[in-house]
Amino acid sequence: MMEQTNDSPRRGRWTRRLAALPVMAVAGLVAAGCGGGSGGGAAATPAPTPVTPPAPYPDPVDPTDRTPNVVHDDDAVWSWDERDPRLFLEPGGQNAPQAAYGMELMANSPLPEGFGTNSDLAFAGNYAFVGNYNGYNIYDVSNPANPVLHVSVLCPGNQGDLSVHGNLLFKSVQAASARLDCGPQGVDGPVSPERFRGVRIFDISDIQNPTQVAAVQTCRGSHTHTLVTRPGDDANVYVYVSGTSGVRSGEELPGCVSDRDDPESSFFQIEVIRVPVAAPHEATVIRESRVFADAETGDIAGLRGLTRDGRPAQSPINACHDITTYPAIGYAGGACSGNGLLLDIRDPANPVRVHEVADANFAYWHSATFNNDGTTVIFTDEWGGGSSPRCRAIDPPEWGGNAIFDIVDGRMELRSYYKIPVPINPTCVAHNGSLVPVPGRDIKVQSWYEGGISIFDFTDSANPFEIAFFNRGPNTQGGGGFWSAYWYNGYVYGAELGRGLDILRLTPAEFLSANEIEAAMTVVMDEFNAQHQPRIEWPVTFVLARAHVDQLERAGVLSSGMVERLRTELASAEGASGNARSQAAERLTSTAGELAGATLAAPVHGTPEIANRQRELLVQAMRDLAGTLR
Amino acid sequence: MTGWRIVLLGLILLVPLGCRSGATAGPGGTGGVVIPGAPGEPSRVAADARAAAPDFQHTEADVRFMQGMIHHHAQAVAMTDLARTRAGDAVRRMAHRIELSQDDEIQIMQRWLRARGEAVPEVSAEHMHHMHHMSGDEASFMPGMLTHEQMMRLENASGREFDLLFLEYMIHHHEGALIMVAELFASEGAGYEVEIHDFARHVEADQAIEIRRMTAMLEELR
Repeated sequence: MMEQTNDSPRRGRWTRRLAALPVMAVAGLVAAGCGGGSGGGAAATPAPTPVTPPAPYPDPVDPTDRTPNVVHDDDAVWSWDERDPRLFLEPGGQNAPQAAYGMELMANSPLPEGFGTNSDLAFAGNYAFVGNYNGYNIYDVSNPANPVLHVSVLCPGNQGDLSVHGNLLFKSVQAASARLDCGPQGVDGPVSPERFRGVRIFDISDIQNPTQVAAVQTCRGSHTHTLVTRPGDDANVYVYVSGTSGVRSGEELPGCVSDRDDPESSFFQIEVIRVPVAAPHEATVIRESRVFADAETGDIAGLRGLTRDGRPAQSPINACHDITTYPAIGYAGGACSGNGLLLDIRDPANPVRVHEVADANFAYWHSATFNNDGTTVIFTDEWGGGSSPRCRAIDPPEWGGNAIFDIVDGRMELRSYYKIPVPINPTCVAHNGSLVPVPGRDIKVQSWYEGGISIFDFTDSANPFEIAFFNRGPNTQGGGGFWSAYWYNGYVYGAELGRGLDILRLTPAEFLSANEIEAAMTVVMDEFNAQHQPRIEWPVTFVLARAHVDQLERAGVLSSGMVERLRTELASAEGASGNARSQAAERLTSTAGELAGATLAAPVHGTPEIANRQRELLVQAMRDLAGTLR
Repeated sequence: MTGWRIVLLGLILLVPLGCRSGATAGPGGTGGVVIPGAPGEPSRVAADARAAAPDFQHTEADVRFMQGMIHHHAQAVAMTDLARTRAGDAVRRMAHRIELSQDDEIQIMQRWLRARGEAVPEVSAEHMHHMHHMSGDEASFMPGMLTHEQMMRLENASGREFDLLFLEYMIHHHEGALIMVAELFASEGAGYEVEIHDFARHVEADQAIEIRRMTAMLEELR
């Protein structure tokens, strides 16, 4: 992370002709099963994502009254809503002016003294764990309106990617200055037994007093790591390690080989650590997985970007930046610098690459998020490395944002791009996020450094659009913006680089109803690591059904009479007692049957497929509710 | 996969799991600061987090890297400037991406130097434009820099010839940047300070990806 910039775009002689850039090369299958790899990359070129902010804002800003931070001039390569309140944010410190729509800040807990840049977040029970270049902080968030700093753990070594699993906390360390003993004094010389680069494991069973129980060294350290579990195996947790730094000396850690041409090279791999949950001190690297290897030749440096006609390019990629595992579907999405990978992780100890994509619009494949059904995967492009402004009017909307792929028969097919629909002059690029569990829709909350937090709908993967946002003015003290923004048990948590921990709640907006928010809040998890994606399941509740009714009403696919009738019946069923319960159950069942057979009108929002799916979910919810009433 | 390494630190737990807090340092308590020990060692409570936090100083080699890289980037921007009117669509887009990236990185490097009270090479648009008029001696002190003759050759080329030359020179230029990063991390004590570490690693990753892209483009053109 670098210092922030508030510099205005100096120029931009490149015109909007550049806005619609073609997808150069998408998809090439190296592994077996390569049906129809014709030309490798003739994927459809999606039109640039339409910029449709959630208008009207409650109080749109009139740009003729106030001066926006960015004006639309000839240098701009895309357009935006000039009333967007984010355009008018003034710089400030901890309490800089805010702009928000569809969400609001409930609480902020400033960065504790002695801590540097905040990084990633993990959650367990009533605790939020906030990673930091100098260690991590544990907050008690039993009351999300009043987070309490519970304990600070000082153990330097950036960047501090965190995960939690039961009583164990994992932390990534890549810095050459980090020490095995958590000391602040650094390490002298290129070879030292005191240096630590890899994954630290802490025991947090005594939350007041975390202790380091193991520290698994790796050749390139750990830029990020990802937990992996095998459904049914509770005895072990696996950790995939992505190292992007240099390879250390083999004298310091035996087996490290910095020669890229050596078959034993420490490049071109992800490390797999197995951690016995009951004996974490036995954690070891069990495999250096050559996920980039060429399936035919076995060349460990076998994965290359693709030329426009599908031929492999010359120099290979050598590391992933981050990996998101989704054990319930058996896949992981690997965001691997120059490529996006789909990995089969049904055997966590042995990840197998099944497909990869490249995209000329992407500079640096940074992270991945699946939708809940596992039919779509979003990859982010951290163009500029998170230290540069990449959301300006002169930065094309397909660069430095998200690319959204559908997963079809184990292959990823590009559908669209999403980038925050407002120009930001300070540091801004796509960064970490997670799903928001609104039933019947695919919604993601995401951080964009000083672009703030954006929540967008990608249920129709070809047409993502923003539904809510939050941002502050640029930080005058430097080091502002969000590293991560994740949903956890009803709220959005943001790790602000310099301003500490933010907690936000959703508020009803044009594309997010109160019932949808309430239904999302019924999903409760014991722990949450965004890169170890859990399958979301919704408990059977009346608000779940009401959320689906709202969705069908918004799509305009039901008659207003039917919408009213559904709401009335749900309300009376919820309030029914005694004999009325079975009558309500009968009515719900009967109406569900009628709804299932109804013809839906053409939707005014979304696609017929989405409306039909939401209808099916509503029918199911009504039948389940009827079951609870009998 | 051969050559697995079993790397295990913290072989011996001094105190059984789950009954440590009473016997060792007191609880961190609400808002307290805990400093863990080496694996298997107990944690202790710190009185002052600020005093226990690291404070790495940058080194002379860090400063030389940043100053040198500003000039290096400036020449790349001068090259992209030529592409605006001379290159075909694909190379022009590539040049545009490089221009946006390296322009910003120049500002980052300048801010880094300024914040540490070090000499900041100023790179005005004027300077970038005349970058290719620098003498061979000036140009040769960093890996990957083009000579005056090469810059003139690029300036005088157009169409397919320009595209080929631009890609060839820019790949060479980027490879030079990778060498500079490697030299930085090979220097004693250099590249430790958090910001320069992240910056240099980012330059390395970014330019390696661009080299791969340009190599593919070059293959197509030939």
